[in-house]
Amino acid sequence: MMSDEEYFSDGSDGTFQDDSMRFDDVEEEDQYLEDTRFDKPVKKAYEVDFKVHSDQQIRSGQQAQFEEISNILGLDIGQAALLLRHFKWQKEKLIEQYMDNPDSINKAVGIRPEAHEDTKITKVKDFVCDICCDDGDSMETFALPCGHRYCVECYRHYLTQKIKEEGESARIQCMGDKCTMAFDASDVQAVVDDDTFTRYKTLLDRTYVDDRESLRWCPAPNCIYAIECGVRQKQLNQVVPTVLCDCGYQFCFGCGLADHLPCPCSLVKKWLKKCEDDSETANWISAHTKECPICVSTIEKNGGCNHMTCRKCRHEFCWVCMGPWSEHGTSWYNCNRFEEKSGIDARDTQAKSRASLERYLHYYNRYANHEQSAKLDKELYTKTEKKMTQLQSTSGMSWIEVQYLDNASKVLQQCRQTLKWTYAFAFYLEKNNLTHIFEDNQKDLEMAVEQLSELFEKPVDQLANLKVEMMDKTAYVSSRRIMLLEDTAKGLAEDRWKFNVELV
Amino acid sequence: MSFAVRRLQKELSKIHKDGLPQGISLVKADDFDEWLLDIRVFGENPLYKGQRFRLKFKFGNNYPIEPPEVTFTTGLERQIPMHPHIYSNGIICLDLLSPSQGWSPVQNVESVCVSIQSMLASNRKNERPEGNDEFVARNTKSPKHINFVYDDPTV
Ligand SMILES: [Zn+2]
Ligand SMILES: [Zn+2]
Ligand SMILES: [Zn+2]
Ligand SMILES: [Zn+2]
Ligand SMILES: [Zn+2]
Repeated sequence: MMSDEEYFSDGSDGTFQDDSMRFDDVEEEDQYLEDTRFDKPVKKAYEVDFKVHSDQQIRSGQQAQFEEISNILGLDIGQAALLLRHFKWQKEKLIEQYMDNPDSINKAVGIRPEAHEDTKITKVKDFVCDICCDDGDSMETFALPCGHRYCVECYRHYLTQKIKEEGESARIQCMGDKCTMAFDASDVQAVVDDDTFTRYKTLLDRTYVDDRESLRWCPAPNCIYAIECGVRQKQLNQVVPTVLCDCGYQFCFGCGLADHLPCPCSLVKKWLKKCEDDSETANWISAHTKECPICVSTIEKNGGCNHMTCRKCRHEFCWVCMGPWSEHGTSWYNCNRFEEKSGIDARDTQAKSRASLERYLHYYNRYANHEQSAKLDKELYTKTEKKMTQLQSTSGMSWIEVQYLDNASKVLQQCRQTLKWTYAFAFYLEKNNLTHIFEDNQKDLEMAVEQLSELFEKPVDQLANLKVEMMDKTAYVSSRRIMLLEDTAKGLAEDRWKFNVELV
Repeated sequence: MSFAVRRLQKELSKIHKDGLPQGISLVKADDFDEWLLDIRVFGENPLYKGQRFRLKFKFGNNYPIEPPEVTFTTGLERQIPMHPHIYSNGIICLDLLSPSQGWSPVQNVESVCVSIQSMLASNRKNERPEGNDEFVARNTKSPKHINFVYDDPTV
């Protein structure tokens, strides 16, 4: 497990560096990768720098930038905010263009810096509202600096509709026909009720994070945190930026999906699409019979075991790779090496398309197996908690002393997640002498995971005696995972892997 | 009484008092959900000469904050006008009627009719929008929820 310090390596003051520099500057980006690899020895090759921000920090981060722009350009906070949002927070670009031609920018953004005090709510003699067609001297009216004055009731109705029904915030315009004058936060606050204004602020925060490539909301349900990470979209073939939110959810900053180390985002996307497209064909083939590689008689698969024995000629082979079972030893794990020579020969006798489907199925079955196990994670965790309580009462161990079970369960879950994606990775990996290291790492991790998992199934009264063994296994499994991820991450950064598809 | 009803009552009494511009007539306004209006195009445009077209307005509770749903309907001697922005099922592609694009709550039934009238009057193309047949066969959405692209300033 990694310590918090390793994650929060740079100062967390709630403000962000301007990223417009890095955006266009290739050297700067290379610098980023260099940092990742060499400058910080504590960091693993597969780890990236990131920062977790609460909604409060997100808000104060925006506020600091409003104030900065407001000072530089001599505008009020609301106008500075509209400008920054219009320019998608690219400060340098905003300042440069605003200095150049303030009038055209004011017009495009919908602000009128010289006439801001007009926006107050007032009563006007002999007023008729052109929207509800009501009149009366006691009617409260409102207008933006453009002077399109309507009654407050109509404006409230309009803004509430925009905010609550249409989810708009940053670009709400005046009600006047073809008028582009924009509402800033204080205008909105003057008109709507508290509940709508709260919603409005939340929406503004959403657009702030959405507008910035360096920020992403944590996708966990009800989570309020956003993550800041410097990895850019165009770097995603060299790095899999995995981040851990303060809520405990681990996900990919690049695509927002759950942790998919060691697989790059583009392969994840391809793989998920393939699984979707091929699920029917895959079902078909897995449900069907195969031919014995030796005597070509039809063989049905019964049960889950891949060890097949031909009824006619007694030939023993592996259902998945069609290779002789003798090459598999006593464990099916070895079948993660798909390209056995005799397996290839056997498959040559079958249709080529079928072979490619089987190849897919080989990886898919293992991927799905770990996914299935990952789905049981929650159950496993509850079971663990129960065991911990039982253990406390039967062995007299303290809560602290039984934490090893909790830790083991977490490591197990994480490793299954990693293993799952190693199979998608392997499916696209072109075999060469470098990929053997990867396959060995995968096999080692898988065996270690199954051993640790087995330990978990032991009855409670034996668990206390297994404490040392379990802690050792947990540490070992963790180290196997790190080893595998180090190798794959370095391979990606160094462009060492050859894939059988284009990474796009 | 809803926001929409209050406003529509005012519009209706104004129409009864001041009338509507030439070529536009109110056919049915029995309630505040749906109104029917007929429009004619004046001038020498051969595409629409001597014809009448029927517009159906459907109002939501949020009218005029939200635009009404406006479509052409067929009926006795009423056809759907030929226009590159009007589908043969009567759906009109006009930015004015889009909640996120051209609509302003300042607009009303009369101003919408006038806009559609002039949209017809200035048209010279005797054709349907591109992909009309496919759109008409497929579309089940209300016109308000269709994301048209308003990219043709010539019509
Ligand atoms: Zn205005
Ligand atoms: Zn009003
Ligand atoms: Zn979270
Ligand atoms: Zn990703
Ligand atoms: Zn056989």
